[in-house]
Amino acid sequence: MVFSNKPLQFIVTVLVACLPLFSSANTPTDSVAAKTEATPVEATAHGEATTHEKHEEPTDLKSKINAYINHHVLDAHEFSLFEDEATGKHYGFPLPIILWDNGVHIFSSSKFEHGHAVAESNGNYYKLGHDEKIYKTDAAGTLTGDEHHPTNAKPIDLSITKAVFSMMLVALLMFLLFKGLAKSYVKNGGIASGFGRFFEPIVLYVRDDIAIPNIGEKHYKKYMSFLLTVFFFIWFLNIIGLTPLGINATGNITVTACLAIVVFLITNLTANKNYWGHIFWMPGVPTPMKFILAPIELLGVIIKPFSLMIRLYANIFAGHIVLMSLIALMFIFKSWLGSSLSFLLSFAISSIEILVALLQAYIFTMLSALFFGAAIEEHHHEEAHH
Amino acid sequence: MNIPRIVGAGLVVIGAGIGIGRIGGSAMDAIARQPEASGKIQTAMLIAAALIEGIGFAALFAVAEN
Repeated sequence: MVFSNKPLQFIVTVLVACLPLFSSANTPTDSVAAKTEATPVEATAHGEATTHEKHEEPTDLKSKINAYINHHVLDAHEFSLFEDEATGKHYGFPLPIILWDNGVHIFSSSKFEHGHAVAESNGNYYKLGHDEKIYKTDAAGTLTGDEHHPTNAKPIDLSITKAVFSMMLVALLMFLLFKGLAKSYVKNGGIASGFGRFFEPIVLYVRDDIAIPNIGEKHYKKYMSFLLTVFFFIWFLNIIGLTPLGINATGNITVTACLAIVVFLITNLTANKNYWGHIFWMPGVPTPMKFILAPIELLGVIIKPFSLMIRLYANIFAGHIVLMSLIALMFIFKSWLGSSLSFLLSFAISSIEILVALLQAYIFTMLSALFFGAAIEEHHHEEAHH
Repeated sequence: MNIPRIVGAGLVVIGAGIGIGRIGGSAMDAIARQPEASGKIQTAMLIAAALIEGIGFAALFAVAEN
């Protein structure tokens, strides 16, 4: 178990440093967004009483549940644990808002009062839209255009959102955990102790069954720090997403996109000339075929990390939606039958989700290792093709 | 509502399901024939299943995206 500890720390730092850049609040174009479209249509049918003052207070149960699930799976600017509907009180804590709008504006998200109030910072006014995005407004907080898609100017949002906060938490946890483990190895003369007894087999598994078979004995050490980091990072985030804290970081496409971009960069920056040779001028095929294969192979370079991004995001996102819908059955049926059905089903799905959390981390690491291995593969001699 | 989308999503799921089912079944056969190679077979099975799943999800997003 001798791998250097420095690159691991470096990569954790880089990951944490670059994640907020990609994780400004989530775009509202999700598959579930189609369902929320039904709300304004229904609301306008009641008359013109619905102006922008009406903030996410749907009346009937189904749209309430829909709104709740949407709130859970999307990123937020505050950490809301639960809310008391009768008194309208929110339990949770605000997170810092960092905006770039001709200068940096930093203030607490409690200024928004959960979207009800207009926040003022250095003479500029901002309002939180229904889609969890921050819009620049006037002092009265008027949002122009459609209620769900305002046309106001948007400042560049670099806030510490819920997902960013949870990622920082996991990164810190990982740093402390593995730092402590490394120290305990030194102290015990290379024998695992405490948590190490649990994590050593997993680390060895990543090395012996993921890195070495896919990358090869010669080069695998260079990639070990990244593979281990990404494996534990995704695993811990997935597990934390299953707790009732309401974190959904790996089910957020910006987070997985960032992870995929890191994989893409590492693959292409460490690739050797055989890799590029196989992309632009495939050896061993007739010349006309080389022209046909080049664009396909070039497209493959992008598709590989893209599929990593979609796979992780969709798996975790779908898992959260299914789990929350099953829990919502309890409120829809309102009988002993619905409750027990909901309890049993959500228990079963939760158990599967724990497996999926590990499986997705494994598959992400495995495919990353596969791509790295393909990028640094040594040149084969002609007889190897037979 | 948008029936074509729902039908499309169903078709995507059927296709991905058949694909993953075939991989799983073949892996079971292979493990039954050679239990000592089960580790390698499982790894290959998971990779193939993940690749199909990726395509399935991509199609699902193309279908469900509004």
